[in-house]
Amino acid sequence: MVKSVFKIWRGSKAGGAMKDYTTEIGEGMVVLDAVHQIQAESAGDLGVRWNCKAGKCGSCSAEINGVPRLMCMTRLSDLPAGEPVTIEPMKAFPSIKDLVTDVTWNYDVKKKIKKFKPRKPDNADGTWRIVQEDVERVQEFRKCIECFLCQDVCHVLREHHKHNEFVGPRFLTYTAALEMHPLDVEDRLPDLKQKDGIGFCNIGKCCTKVCPENIMITDNAIIPLKERVVDRFYDPIAKLFGFSKKS
Amino acid sequence: MSFEFKTHEHDVLVIGAGGAGLRAAIEAAGTGLKVGLVCKSLLGKAHTVMAEGGVAAALANVDDRDGWKVHFSDTMRGGQYLNNPRMAELHAQEAPARVRELEAWGALFDRTQDGKILQRNFGGHRYPRLAHVGDRTGLEMIRTLQDHGIHQGIDVHMEVTVIELLKDGDRVVGAFAYDRELGRFRVFKARAIVLATGGIGRAFKITSNSWEYTGDGQALAYEAGAELMDMEFVQFHPTGMVWPPSVRGILVTEGVRGEGGVLKNKDGRRFMFDDIPDNYKEQTADNEEEGWRYTQGDKNSRRPPELLTRDHVARCINREVKAGRGSPHGGVFLDIAWIKSRLPNGAEHIKKKLPSMYHQFKQLAGLDITTEPMEVGPTTHYHMGGVRVDGDSQMSNVPGLFAAGECAAGLHGANRLGGNSLSDLIVFGKRAGEYAAKFAKENRSGSIDEKAVEETAKRVLQPFERASGENPYTIQHELQDSMQDLVGIVRTQSEMERGLEKVHALQKRAANVKVEGNREYNPGWHTALDIKNLLIVSEALTRCAMERKESRGAQFRDDFPEKSAEFGKVNHIIQKAKDGSMKLTARPLPPLAGDLQAIIKEMG
Repeated sequence: MVKSVFKIWRGSKAGGAMKDYTTEIGEGMVVLDAVHQIQAESAGDLGVRWNCKAGKCGSCSAEINGVPRLMCMTRLSDLPAGEPVTIEPMKAFPSIKDLVTDVTWNYDVKKKIKKFKPRKPDNADGTWRIVQEDVERVQEFRKCIECFLCQDVCHVLREHHKHNEFVGPRFLTYTAALEMHPLDVEDRLPDLKQKDGIGFCNIGKCCTKVCPENIMITDNAIIPLKERVVDRFYDPIAKLFGFSKKS
Repeated sequence: MSFEFKTHEHDVLVIGAGGAGLRAAIEAAGTGLKVGLVCKSLLGKAHTVMAEGGVAAALANVDDRDGWKVHFSDTMRGGQYLNNPRMAELHAQEAPARVRELEAWGALFDRTQDGKILQRNFGGHRYPRLAHVGDRTGLEMIRTLQDHGIHQGIDVHMEVTVIELLKDGDRVVGAFAYDRELGRFRVFKARAIVLATGGIGRAFKITSNSWEYTGDGQALAYEAGAELMDMEFVQFHPTGMVWPPSVRGILVTEGVRGEGGVLKNKDGRRFMFDDIPDNYKEQTADNEEEGWRYTQGDKNSRRPPELLTRDHVARCINREVKAGRGSPHGGVFLDIAWIKSRLPNGAEHIKKKLPSMYHQFKQLAGLDITTEPMEVGPTTHYHMGGVRVDGDSQMSNVPGLFAAGECAAGLHGANRLGGNSLSDLIVFGKRAGEYAAKFAKENRSGSIDEKAVEETAKRVLQPFERASGENPYTIQHELQDSMQDLVGIVRTQSEMERGLEKVHALQKRAANVKVEGNREYNPGWHTALDIKNLLIVSEALTRCAMERKESRGAQFRDDFPEKSAEFGKVNHIIQKAKDGSMKLTARPLPPLAGDLQAIIKEMG
């Protein structure tokens, strides 16, 4: 068995430091396995969030060798061999303890976005007819596992701390899923422009790069929403003829 | 009082925020009551996200021969008739409305050509019945409930773990808990409580369950005097990943077989054709061609034997491996890549129908399922047993205490059909919420027993105070090894006796664990507290498994390989006796109403 060194951030709100741990590495191990092994062997109180261990729940987000990733989906064999692995908590959110951060801001933001509002049912029995193509367009966004890695990497939040003015890529994607939902009739464009701060995004695409679900966040969610906002609020011809949302 | 704690007051408290808990909370909040929802993790992370294949509901969108009666009789047959028939009836009748309701709340299921909700084939279901979203139906469901639920005025308490139910006389009137962030104690006062805590998968080593599934609801209910039922029936899902070792147990959806995936041993033989149980012979294809046609929607074909019930498929895989016909890493081969020979664009089709599976194998095993077969083997997946509840109201024998979803027993009997779990969550989550709200309206709030709170607080802090003691992780691992080896997929009396001895030994050792650090977000401490629940459910399931001297559904006994008419008439009930010991009773099955009997007969 090969041993490997892990540099893990230990600390709390008050501050902390990187600490070295050594543990044995087996075939196919992911970073989360190593963290669990270290917990069981030498750091019983090492704080870490996880659930499904299969890339489906989005709980174990962290920064591995400086890159925002899911610990459960990062294989050790894909990291540079023979070098220590650094594991740090997400930096865009306040620390709770060790690898655990306070992500409640995300839950508060979601609550403020206008909820799904369906059109009247198509049929007397209360059901709708929807074509598969319309479903598929939105399913990409609905794959999101809410790991908040896109929020973590976004410089508007990470460096400029615009948490009060900008909802971040996750909630622009969430809004896109609602706006493009084949049944939805709500209007979220004024909110997108004003309180959600869609203008802050300068399409750097960092969010798309870190998305573990490979959602084309910038291209398929944010840019189309930006276009809708521009069409509504800045297009003189549309304004003249009073085109409104959603045909 | 010497321990500080924060108090919250709700009319209805729901413990657990997977599909069942969320649905219960939404229902109770809809009646205008003040509802609290407690979850061990962050909201939206519960195990419901893992459900892949779909939600079973007789919508009859794909095959108009389907209806609630067929769904009911499929469920009873799958459960080997130990099911609570009233629950199976309500479930089959109400599932379609609950699925349509999800759509009205924003869920987007895959569609048929004419724009209706598409349904797929699954093991034990006679017709295509599972509404689905690719292979991530559970995520779609929990997210829909979550996104709808956050606008219903529910107070959500994330990362809070309940350690004891509080009673006033016979009734439950509250819960004692701690928050993970700071380890602070919380007291929740409520007039009715719904348990929706999920399963017990962490009692076993090879499992598809996360750290959360430590049998909390079952153990809390047991300690509060509730009856547990059918604890011996643990479903081992036939297809979990087996390689590499660190991913062993992660689920491979039954949807792979529903889409035409076949099981083969190392000799390339489709061994599932070799052992088709008599009661399924008429419904099962006897050649590969017919099986393939069935997966492609041919209504005149019968299902391939890969889609027999999970208990049976798991045992067949186990047998192949034991006979030395397994794959290199102790599983068998599951091949979906072969359908490329039948379908133009087969590789794209696989990626589209099974995107998460493609992703999962590519990333975790470095394997492309569109070109190579997967290696799979049984993994602990689901617990049919749990808190015994009334079929209509979901109330346990303890007044004010309700249970829904996996932590409740009754719907699935001795074996659950795939897809019946997601429908269980929404049908009985709703019912539990509705009846808990009714109970809360009809009953005044009780008073909290401060002495009980004080004693529990003292007990749970002891692991910090000991100068020395055992590592809680060691005890958990030993229990998981023991249960896996001695009370697992194939059981015998002598092994289970040893398993029970081990549980008792660990119960003693667990009273002497030591944790390092402080109360703030300390997984070592959380593990130390969860062990108590794991040991209670492990003892209960071992006792029930020993008592049931037959093989039925998920329970397979090497020493009693046949079904017994005698044991087919009883459910096993576990309750805490006055002297603190665990008491087991064999109770005759609830009577099967005449009309339901007729349905079972009619459906064959």
